[in-house]
Amino acid sequence: MNAIQSAWAWLTQAQQWSGADGIPARLIQHLEYTCIALAVAALIALPLGLLIGHTGRGGFIIVTLANLGRALPTLGLVVLAFLITNGSPAAVLVALVVLAIPPILVDTYEGVQGADRDVRDAARGMGMTASQILFRAEIPIATPLILLGLRTAAIQVVATATIAAYIGLGGLGRYIIDGLARSDYAMVGGGAMVVVALALSVQVIFVGIRRFAVPAGIRQQAQTS
Amino acid sequence: MDWGWISANRGELISLAGNNLYLALIPVVLGLVISIPLGVLSVRWGWVYPPVLSATSVIYAIPSLALFIFLIPFTGIVTSTRDLTLIIPLTLYTLATLVPNVVDGLRSVPEPVRQSATAMGFGAMRRLARVELPIAVPVVMAGLRVATVASISLVSVGELIGNGGLGFLFTDGEQRDFPTEIYAGIGLIVILALAADALLVLLGWLLTPWRRSDPGASHSTREEAAA
Repeated sequence: MNAIQSAWAWLTQAQQWSGADGIPARLIQHLEYTCIALAVAALIALPLGLLIGHTGRGGFIIVTLANLGRALPTLGLVVLAFLITNGSPAAVLVALVVLAIPPILVDTYEGVQGADRDVRDAARGMGMTASQILFRAEIPIATPLILLGLRTAAIQVVATATIAAYIGLGGLGRYIIDGLARSDYAMVGGGAMVVVALALSVQVIFVGIRRFAVPAGIRQQAQTS
Repeated sequence: MDWGWISANRGELISLAGNNLYLALIPVVLGLVISIPLGVLSVRWGWVYPPVLSATSVIYAIPSLALFIFLIPFTGIVTSTRDLTLIIPLTLYTLATLVPNVVDGLRSVPEPVRQSATAMGFGAMRRLARVELPIAVPVVMAGLRVATVASISLVSVGELIGNGGLGFLFTDGEQRDFPTEIYAGIGLIVILALAADALLVLLGWLLTPWRRSDPGASHSTREEAAA
């Protein structure tokens, strides 16, 4: 209990809430890394997942990537990116992107691929072109899974950006890594609390996005599955 | 890549890999032991499932490093219980994959099969153990594979609090500016994960002999037999 109290005491000190290493500044850094990595990963993975799902070609690549993406140790990738670029924290962003791609790609592919054959045939029968089928039938059907992929990737990036403080990246992980190095456990605990708050907010934001981004016709189905 | 270093440190690498497997697999086993009753309860009483599902997905969203840290005051990082600092959070993470798969697996049992078992005089427990769980094996196994692979790779994050199996190679390699060590760590983790995955596929195959003789489930077996 003592540890939680001291972490809370650290968290509520006024000095923690201003300046270059205050919580607001660190939070903004953390959000920057997260948003950039997520946006770049989505720009790569979304079109690729849609393409592979729509054509049905290259599914085995997706399965391999899904397995590999889960097996790759995040800390190892981050440290490796740092070492082989001779200590560039920016290279770590590349590692974040690499880790965010598999969940987006796999879920987008599965969402599009899993669209009911009958729906696709009906769309074609109505005279839709290939791109109309993709944008007006397959993507709306795939929306819940695509959002799930983005959410998984966002959670992954928030966690990995925390770990990346180990090689000198800014963000909220700094409190944990610096605190551990100085045996300042109030700071470690307080930092961990902020990280958890951020992770849970990401979760809530995606629940919100899902509420208005998923088409009404799909929503009912998605909730029951 | 310095292959000489790898062969010179074989013993050390093997012991780190063993420790990594231990820290990763205990949580998977515990997770399965917890998920089966939770899954059974969720199927039997539908209202149990939504809160269980939300709780596991909220825990899953918490970064592992933060969760390890919350356990330090209770289980320590230099104490005899320090392995629990990793094992408890990793167990909680496996629930997010295992519980939904146990539920889906049990729901995949066809109603006529369930009724036949009852008509044959199976009680609830015996029906669960002898009929429902075996039928659920393929779906549960799919979740077990995901949880195992993720767990093996997540252990390395524990190195930031001084106990992370092969993760030691990452921090040590960083401090010594020696990429070979990091390549070795990543390589070994991926190999362990994929090997564990393959073993689970084999185990699933051994546990479901009826799927092999079912012509609908597998055409190749019949064709091979004919050849």
